[in-house]
Amino acid sequence: MIKLGFVYLLAGLMFAGFALFSVGDRANPKRFGNMAFWGLISLSFLAGDWLGDLGNGVVVLALALLAGLGQLGRGQPATTAPQERQALSERFGNQLFAPAMMLPVVVALGVLVLKPLQFGGVALMDPKQATLISLAGAVIVGLAMALILLRQPLASPLQEGRRLADTVGWAMLLPQFLAALGAVFALAGVGAQIGHLVTTYLPVDTRFAAVAVYCVGMAGFTMLMGNAFAAFPVLTGGVAIPILVVHFGGNPAVIASIGMLSGFCGTLMTPLAANFNLVPPALLEIPDRYAVIKAQIPTALFMLIVNTVLMYVLAFR
Amino acid sequence: MLILLGVAVIVVGFALRFNPLLVVVAAALTSGWFAGLSPLQVVAAFGKAFNDNRYVSIAYLVLPLVGVLERAGLRERAAAIIASLRGVSAGRFLIGYMALRQVTSAVGLVSIAGQAQTVRPLIAPMAEAASEVHDGPPSPETRYAVRAMAAATDNVAVFFSEDVFVAMGSVLLMVGFLTSGGIVLDPIHLSVWAIPTALAAFAIHSARLLLFDRRLARGVER
Repeated sequence: MIKLGFVYLLAGLMFAGFALFSVGDRANPKRFGNMAFWGLISLSFLAGDWLGDLGNGVVVLALALLAGLGQLGRGQPATTAPQERQALSERFGNQLFAPAMMLPVVVALGVLVLKPLQFGGVALMDPKQATLISLAGAVIVGLAMALILLRQPLASPLQEGRRLADTVGWAMLLPQFLAALGAVFALAGVGAQIGHLVTTYLPVDTRFAAVAVYCVGMAGFTMLMGNAFAAFPVLTGGVAIPILVVHFGGNPAVIASIGMLSGFCGTLMTPLAANFNLVPPALLEIPDRYAVIKAQIPTALFMLIVNTVLMYVLAFR
Repeated sequence: MLILLGVAVIVVGFALRFNPLLVVVAAALTSGWFAGLSPLQVVAAFGKAFNDNRYVSIAYLVLPLVGVLERAGLRERAAAIIASLRGVSAGRFLIGYMALRQVTSAVGLVSIAGQAQTVRPLIAPMAEAASEVHDGPPSPETRYAVRAMAAATDNVAVFFSEDVFVAMGSVLLMVGFLTSGGIVLDPIHLSVWAIPTALAAFAIHSARLLLFDRRLARGVER
């Protein structure tokens, strides 16, 4: 059975490749910083399960210090110039889309067709991780196709991957850092404390006020925690079930469903949801770190109003 | 109460634009300290959680493929196709992408597209090319605004349609939590009530994209 460990091995080897090519890149004055940063991520993927909790903690501190002290530069891998790319794009034409389409096609194939397959009672892949395993498979198929069909150099996946990784820089790790922070916050009881404040001090005595407190609370709490999944149990257990469902007799399916979607309005507005909001500006080379959040705020605020009204209208028919 | 200072550290640190990785570590140490944990205990807890959450960073496996295709001219090709369709504006193109992304997410195919695998190599260059043909040569600010709107459209589309699919993680989390609270529901009921929001999101964000087109046409961003 193919498990998540296979995907981690692949990621570990990829980051090891980034580290090795980084250190050979004399155009980057901070090449040793880049080598250390990608090398430590590689170590985490390859050996994280053997490092122990404190060992992993030390890796995390080292990564944060490398980033915080500005030790990461931007490598200059040999790549094609804009004019060459224009010429190549005209030569290859729509062939260029074939390897790109392997991502959606193979992921869909893996999740819809290969996931339930069993051989002699053993599943082909861990069903809980089918999406990530299929994504890794899709990348391998797409790369093979790109190297053969488009005759790209053998080192180009690692060199071009390193080019993009250096473009994103430390922002790449922020989502994983924030996920880990969520765990520490849970250990310290931060969520329970905020939930207690919300339920103690906010007005929930009329039906509309209670709906508004729940919806706006889900959005606000999600902004603070960076994740609607962290906000949902606290506010649903504290406000939605005792007040909206039990006291006012609302439909729990409507309330939970739209409550979660109100939380997603918060996700669109917080820098703590880094993979959605802070990684894209880095990937797209936009100088303003918060440009994507700013583009999302109007939609998110309108949707929060819509969700509040929808819950009020649909849950109490 | 003092454990909430960790949240304050995050808010202040992000607002002052300190390096976010350091801010996150500082926030963990602060909340952990006031919860009675020693710094070593916090570092170990953070390390364990970091290791348990490695799957979060797996999406970067697509970078080598995206990079190789960029090297071979994918972005240029995608832009040329959009430029050949003369009538398509950036906003209208993004409305089309949003519809496609909402429909595929609603049937569970969230991972077939995303910021690294589609927005960077395809959607952002295509939106930029559409704006260039439609509205003339863009200033850097216009380019950045179009790119940000492309990324935002992907997020909005996914967030407000993925819950229409019954086996989505957030739907299963809701079912699990409600069950533990004594409310037993079939996931399909939660999914059905996600549909009105999905439709509203399409209407609202599309309207914003049409207004965005007008701003681009008037050249407000330059």
